Amino acid sequence: MALEVLEGGMLTTVQDLGRYGYQRYGVPVAGAMDSFALRAANALAGNSLGEAALEITIAGPTLRATESCLIAVTGADLSLRVNNWPLPPWMSIFVRRGWLIEFGERKIGCRAYLAVAGGIDVPPILGSKSTYLRGGFGGFEGRALRQGDIISTGPVSFHLPSLAGKAFPPDCIPKYSDTPEVHVVLGPQDDYFTEEGIATLLSSEYRVSPTSDRMGYRLQGPEIAHKGRADIISDGIALGSMQVPADRQPIVMVADRQTTGGYPKIATVISADIPLLAQCVPGASTVTFKAITVQEAQARYREMMRALSVDL
Amino acid sequence: MYSEPRLLVAGDSALVVEFGDEISEEVNRKVHALSYALEKNPLPGLGEAVPAYRSLLVHYDPLCLSWDEVKASVTDILQKCEEITLPEPRVIEVPVVYGGEFGPDIEFVAEHNGLSVEEVVRIHSAATYLVYMLGFSPGFAYLGGMPEAIATPRLETPRTLVPAGSVGVAGEQTGIYPIATPGGWRLIGRTPLKLFDPQRDPPTLLRPGDTVRFVPVSEGEYWTRLEREKRGGP
Repeated sequence: MALEVLEGGMLTTVQDLGRYGYQRYGVPVAGAMDSFALRAANALAGNSLGEAALEITIAGPTLRATESCLIAVTGADLSLRVNNWPLPPWMSIFVRRGWLIEFGERKIGCRAYLAVAGGIDVPPILGSKSTYLRGGFGGFEGRALRQGDIISTGPVSFHLPSLAGKAFPPDCIPKYSDTPEVHVVLGPQDDYFTEEGIATLLSSEYRVSPTSDRMGYRLQGPEIAHKGRADIISDGIALGSMQVPADRQPIVMVADRQTTGGYPKIATVISADIPLLAQCVPGASTVTFKAITVQEAQARYREMMRALSVDL
Repeated sequence: MYSEPRLLVAGDSALVVEFGDEISEEVNRKVHALSYALEKNPLPGLGEAVPAYRSLLVHYDPLCLSWDEVKASVTDILQKCEEITLPEPRVIEVPVVYGGEFGPDIEFVAEHNGLSVEEVVRIHSAATYLVYMLGFSPGFAYLGGMPEAIATPRLETPRTLVPAGSVGVAGEQTGIYPIATPGGWRLIGRTPLKLFDPQRDPPTLLRPGDTVRFVPVSEGEYWTRLEREKRGGP
């Protein structure tokens, strides 16, 4: 079974949970920007939660199923249509051979995840099927999908229609917004900033710059003042790290972030809120930030992940 | 170096262990020792560690370990580090063709420092270098130990494309471009070795803590080694 790509869409890539264990060699993690939506899509499609899926950005692709299959689309609502029927996201769908999978207008969010029962059959590179675009490796030939590509899927061991029509529990779906409040934990270098600088970050609205991408979310808003230097001796960068270079505008480092960097990091976006940020649209969304303790952040993450252990 | 390492919160699933606020071999050795100790004592819930000049970023799974638990585990392992003997660093010899089309800036580096081209080659290849860390791009090694005698400022306008394997000088640093990228370092030579290959595991020639030596080779040797690299052999 395969998906034929009739149109690639704005940026459609193969992503799993990312490439771990190689950051010490300078290899970025990559992986799904919204890993919760990826896991949910796989759960609905009957896959293991870390299987690779298609990450679809704003303007979706047009795909044709070469055989009957089961798909699930989660994350952003990009007006999914299957065989011309409009369907809501966060459910599993039985697709007959030859049917078209299409997307339309963006309703909310930025990235949708399309999982297929059996998973996406691309060779793992360094233990992961994720596409690292800047490095040109992983996923489907190290690049975004385009017209004419044939995406093979893996074998399925269950009866497809038996899993169709299942919906993700509505109260477990993240509340995506174009103006989300995103929680952060201060540090590791919050001591590089003035009290006023930290207060500015936590009380202002920041616009998501149009230059934001899978590497960094560049934010535009009131300037965040450093106490002194705006550089540190380079160190490792965790997912969600918020760097503030000398121009005093924060950048949140996301999936394709480089592994090390030399700007002080005022705060780190909590794991449970990475999906909210990942679903912000460059050039359109605005974000506000609220600081919580690391203990609260971990409690929120456990709470979010519990949603994935429910029986669908 | 700090008298006690600092443990810093890097969000809800990573912490930074910082040993000092300077670039020195002594501080960096602490980083590699902790990295090595974590590798030798794998704890459930602890993920990969990313060594840098003076700190180690340690990832963990907050579903397994709370902040207090991870802090306690890492503190415990830090104690063990005192007794640990690091394995002898690997010594990696990097063949380099100096000058000519492979190192178009070598005359500039020579002139800037009042040396002959031969002296630049001799000084650059006589030193031993420590891989403090990798980062910036896959396989890029931050090397320490370049003699000040050949320090040269970067290009005023970076090149739009620097070939993979190019060996350059920037200020008091030297380094090798693992993949073809834009870059502003003064190029003095090129190695036929593949610095990064995602089809290999580990994917990089150089690893944190390695010792590096540059060995001058002829252009003929360069092409022979390049062919061998393409076939995947050493």
